Amino acid sequence: MASRIRSQLSYRTSFVLDVVAQVLGQSIELVAILVVFTQVGSLGGFDRDEVVLMYALAATAFGLADLAVGQIEELPEHIRTGELDVLLLRPLGTLAQIISADVALKRLGRVAAGLAVLGYALATSGIDWTPVRVLVALTAPPVGAVIFAAVWVAANSVSFWLVDGREVANSVTYGSNFSTSYPITVYGPWLRRILCFAVPGAFVAYFPALALLGRPDPLGFPEALRYASPLVAAVAVGVAALIWRAGVRRYQGTGS
Amino acid sequence: MIIKTDRLGRDFLVGGRLRRTRVTAVADVSIDVARGEAVGFLGPNGAGKSTTIKMLTGVLVPSSGSAQVCGLDPVRERRALARRIGVVFGQRSQLWWDLPLAESFALHGAIHRVPAVRHRERLDECVELLDMAAFLATPVRQLSLGQRMRGEVTAALLHSPELLVLDEPTIGLDLASKERLRTFLSAVNARGDVTLLLTTHDLPDVERLCRRVVVIDRGRVLVDDELSTLRTRFAGNRTLVVELTAPEPPLLGLDGVVEVTVEAQGMRQRLEFTAVTSAAELIARVALRVELRDVTVDEPSIEDLVRTLYAS
Repeated sequence: MASRIRSQLSYRTSFVLDVVAQVLGQSIELVAILVVFTQVGSLGGFDRDEVVLMYALAATAFGLADLAVGQIEELPEHIRTGELDVLLLRPLGTLAQIISADVALKRLGRVAAGLAVLGYALATSGIDWTPVRVLVALTAPPVGAVIFAAVWVAANSVSFWLVDGREVANSVTYGSNFSTSYPITVYGPWLRRILCFAVPGAFVAYFPALALLGRPDPLGFPEALRYASPLVAAVAVGVAALIWRAGVRRYQGTGS
Repeated sequence: MIIKTDRLGRDFLVGGRLRRTRVTAVADVSIDVARGEAVGFLGPNGAGKSTTIKMLTGVLVPSSGSAQVCGLDPVRERRALARRIGVVFGQRSQLWWDLPLAESFALHGAIHRVPAVRHRERLDECVELLDMAAFLATPVRQLSLGQRMRGEVTAALLHSPELLVLDEPTIGLDLASKERLRTFLSAVNARGDVTLLLTTHDLPDVERLCRRVVVIDRGRVLVDDELSTLRTRFAGNRTLVVELTAPEPPLLGLDGVVEVTVEAQGMRQRLEFTAVTSAAELIARVALRVELRDVTVDEPSIEDLVRTLYAS
């Protein structure tokens, strides 16, 4: 582990460029939001600062999840080549081996960018701070990261059933980042339901943001949902674990 | 019993998205292997050898039947089992491609939590017996196949497994490398604390290492017996090779001899004789007719043997 981190730091210029690229990549979406708001006053009933807050929560959670389990995107490759055999022969957890195969420090760039915007948004969106809101602000990014991580593990497990599950997995991974950055009110009712209850993206940023802002839900969902993210995360992890387990049992290996 | 399987079977889904068919790779394999045995697992390509091995090591989940290895359920207790067995896949490396061999060993030891002293001892022994000192510092990707296989076998043995499973360990190796590996493995097995299960297409591997062979075909056990019993049961013809002091015409007309081949201008003759004929008696009869310088008896190779099995 330490040696991998050292090896990444040894190419300092390239490392710095990588981080900068990650920060820029992450900021493009922010710029997109800001551009939209030069044309309209509100988006799905939320003003600019409120949407930026949601974006920041989602971006930080995404960055943290990417740092922790980003290597899961190698799973389809491990399955296709049969390399998973080797991992299964070691007395270690299979998922743990896959996600720890590489620690891409450049991914810290995303987290840093997210945190910077989050700090700004929390300071400027006029939040009426209470102990509960402080708690929500502190826990929302890690809890959101857990939700993202669970969704990605579940999505990548598709590769156990489909030889080329990579596309499915990628669309879920990056789609989840994009879709959680906006208030779910901008989506049609079906997509909204999916985001609330199937792929619980709404619990990454939308509901925690409502809790922080203390404003009524334009969709009229019960207020308890705003604080339900940790519970949703726990359920998501459970479901992802079941899918993963079923997937590993489905594993067919390759010939010879 | 270190391995016990009961009607083990595994199906695969093959084909594209639209038309998928179910193919049975392993249909019905029941085998028992006792501690300390060395068992050769033979069969043509696609017979189900690798699939069986993967089910025994917890990589694949059986579709039917059950298996117990070291008293554990390979799938449910995969991690516990991994600590007690060593596995070498000839076609797939378990070493870290970019790390020097020595570091791969260190990592392997750490993963299996091998105590440092034990690790040292075991490693020194393997390094010496397999003559690896010269390339311990070389990254795995730069090793020759023979060197890498020695490394693979060492890695699989570092945590002192009770069972060593080898899937085509000598595939692609040159004769000298094969021989070195065989000598090493037979020494490891001879000490009695490691059970060997190996699949191979290389029959000399089996002749050198295994007393017992299990032949499978189309996912079923065709034969499971001692190699020597197998030899007598399916005994093909043996060949008496006689070296003569002077050239002689072909030694025809001997009872039990089915074919005579003359070599070296009549100085050497090969007499192929049936399984029921006694070699000693045949030699005595030949000695009455010609003056012998030397005799040898060639046993049928298991290659012939397995061929007769498939034919029957």
